[in-house]
Amino acid sequence: MQDTLRKLRSIANDATLNPAQKARYLSLEAENLLPYPSLDAETRQALDERVICDMYEGHAPYKPRYVLPDYRVVLQEGSEYLELPVPATLDEAINTLMIAYHHVPSVTGMPVYIGQLDELLLPFCADVSDDELYEKIRLFWRYLDRTLPDAFMHANIGPTDNRVARAILRVDAELKQIAPNLTLLYDPQASGEEILAMAGNNIAECCKPHIANHAVHAQAFDERGYGIVSCYNVLPLAGGASTLTRVNLKEVARRAGSEDEFFAATLPHFLELNFRLTQARIDYLFDESGFFDSFLVTEGWIDKDRFTAMFGVFAMAEAVNILQDKEGREGRYGFDEGANALGHRISAAIADAVRDRPLDKVWRGRALLHSQAGLSDDSDATPGVRIPYGTEPDPVSHVRALAPHHQYYDAGISEILTVDESVTNNPEALVQLCKGAFANGFREFTVNVASNDLVRVTGYMVRLSDIRRFNDRQGSRTNTTVLGAEAADRTGILDRKPRVVGNELYPGYGQ
Amino acid sequence: MNSIRATVSKILTYSIVDGPGNRLVIFLQGCNFDCAACHNPHTIGECTHCGDCIPACHADALSLVDGRIAFDPLACDQCDDCLEVCPIDANPMVREYNVGEILALAREHRPFLTGVTVSGGEPTRQLRFVTTLFEAIKSDEALEGLDCFIDSNGNLGASGWESVLPVTDGVMLDIKSFDDALHRELTGKGNLKSLQSARLLHDAGKLYELRYLLVPGKTDHDAELEGLIQFVRGLGGDVRVRLNAFQHHGVRPNAREWQPMSKAGVGRAAARLRAAGIRNVVEPAVYV
Repeated sequence: MQDTLRKLRSIANDATLNPAQKARYLSLEAENLLPYPSLDAETRQALDERVICDMYEGHAPYKPRYVLPDYRVVLQEGSEYLELPVPATLDEAINTLMIAYHHVPSVTGMPVYIGQLDELLLPFCADVSDDELYEKIRLFWRYLDRTLPDAFMHANIGPTDNRVARAILRVDAELKQIAPNLTLLYDPQASGEEILAMAGNNIAECCKPHIANHAVHAQAFDERGYGIVSCYNVLPLAGGASTLTRVNLKEVARRAGSEDEFFAATLPHFLELNFRLTQARIDYLFDESGFFDSFLVTEGWIDKDRFTAMFGVFAMAEAVNILQDKEGREGRYGFDEGANALGHRISAAIADAVRDRPLDKVWRGRALLHSQAGLSDDSDATPGVRIPYGTEPDPVSHVRALAPHHQYYDAGISEILTVDESVTNNPEALVQLCKGAFANGFREFTVNVASNDLVRVTGYMVRLSDIRRFNDRQGSRTNTTVLGAEAADRTGILDRKPRVVGNELYPGYGQ
Repeated sequence: MNSIRATVSKILTYSIVDGPGNRLVIFLQGCNFDCAACHNPHTIGECTHCGDCIPACHADALSLVDGRIAFDPLACDQCDDCLEVCPIDANPMVREYNVGEILALAREHRPFLTGVTVSGGEPTRQLRFVTTLFEAIKSDEALEGLDCFIDSNGNLGASGWESVLPVTDGVMLDIKSFDDALHRELTGKGNLKSLQSARLLHDAGKLYELRYLLVPGKTDHDAELEGLIQFVRGLGGDVRVRLNAFQHHGVRPNAREWQPMSKAGVGRAAARLRAAGIRNVVEPAVYV
């Protein structure tokens, strides 16, 4: 108890945190004083050894990890609970959304999904000029960044090319804010070339938006649709994900004597333990927490039956290289065809296991596989199935090495392709790379333009100038602009919490 | 078609600096200029199979077979020590490709590609290969939509251009200097053919980009910039002018004595061009 009190005191007195950040960390510590949902001994041990991981979501899951409300409901019907009438004008619609966001919980306490904004706002734009639309979106964007400062908050636009999507792209490139994150759903049939070209220009300008392969995603979900939230998680609309658990493939590979043993015994064993962990957390959320009595359910913003379980994996690169070592093979992940093929085989085996393992209180009765993009304290474990930072081959080889994984990861997978800043003279190249990636089966296209002020660390945006300012104050590591290999250092630097952060990466105080 | 072979220094399946979009770039070995500022000097010469590079190769990737250099790409670890010792700026790691092999590569990477660029060296020295390759690309269904570009120093006569232009979508042309004497000093050849090529290509609507390398104290002074402005004005219409900045990366020892071109210096030259009415001026995004 003494240790706990000391920790609480250090949070309360931490001068680098603002009061809201302190409140969040204090609440997490309080939650974690409660006993964990009941786990069998094997699962508990695997969790303690972090072979499997609950993302430090907390001991009492009283809200789903990700909530994707269907905001059409509140825009078309208003809200009795929030005492909101049906909006009639664009101002009223934006105002309704601005209020709604503050009532949508998530693992970080901030909304991770703020809607398919073009589809939501277009019905209110008939009498609004392009100039007015631009100005209203600009103020809306400023509001989002300043009041909901989380880099995981995610807006979606597309797949159609429309006025609102264009206004958002224009504003986003001008303001270069960290929040909100932005994805363009792209479908060659519905989107056309022009909005894709605009997106290419925006990426060259500010590394946003991500581009999602709409045709592939749409197929994995149903008519009600899907949304892209947080760090490229793809989830049912009007639902979300109850939980995200993940398997550290590096730790699994270390515990296997050989490749054969890995596939026959070690991997299936730890996958099963992760399923058990997942079920225990979901049971608590559904059966104990009372979350689903919320007005969000009764008013139809979300549907209790549309919450999936995200089954995450990471450290594929290390796992493959460990197994290669155990088998006496030299080829490294990302560069050697044999090593890459081993990685693809691991993904296929995990996908089979997820398909064959029923889960209770989960959308369609099965988890969705997710290539998990990391936590700030992951060391020597590369996010998802990515190639380790700083060692990636050129973007085309990069895509070709990883594309075969993408078919398996319905709940999202993303690779960060680093392109040097010459591309600012040639954004058409980004468009072409995107087309090539999608033709090869990529679900998501994300680019870091080296030297751009906004860059991605594990998948969320940081502003290099923020880091430089911080460094200058400390008098160390000044003028650092090197990318890639230093990404880990950067996340460390960000422990000082700039105003806008990726809250999911820091699941607890001191983590 | 496949009997025509080219000597290839390098092939890139990802390039964002050799024309619009992402391109397959084939660097052909051998150049008819000998530019001091060349940042790929090992593409200039052609191997005479003297064998001087063999002892420099610590990976045993080079040997003499029947009096000719044999190169084992699997043994090579790309240290480039052989390039350092080559007395004639050639490259023992070159490979011969026929058109079919390049087409196969283009098909394999088709979804990623906006087009194909032949560069060098000076690609027009292997013009028959280039023409045959471009014809083959244009008539290959799987490669429909790929555009074909040439990156050239312009040292090619009108009949040469006439043979390749029908299957060429654009040319990026370097003018090293507008003063013939300075051009000879910088490249070993006069500039007449290059200037004529630029006019011919512009008139044919195939001059994608006119490139000009700024070297401090050599090509960035008033008379040169004025020469560039007058030349571009003389072409008429909209010409995309790319200003390149001389840097030390890759150049031979003599040119390392020269000052690298600063971003501010390029900015001043670009401002001068724009003030003279040349709207489409592109500056480097990266200085390395």
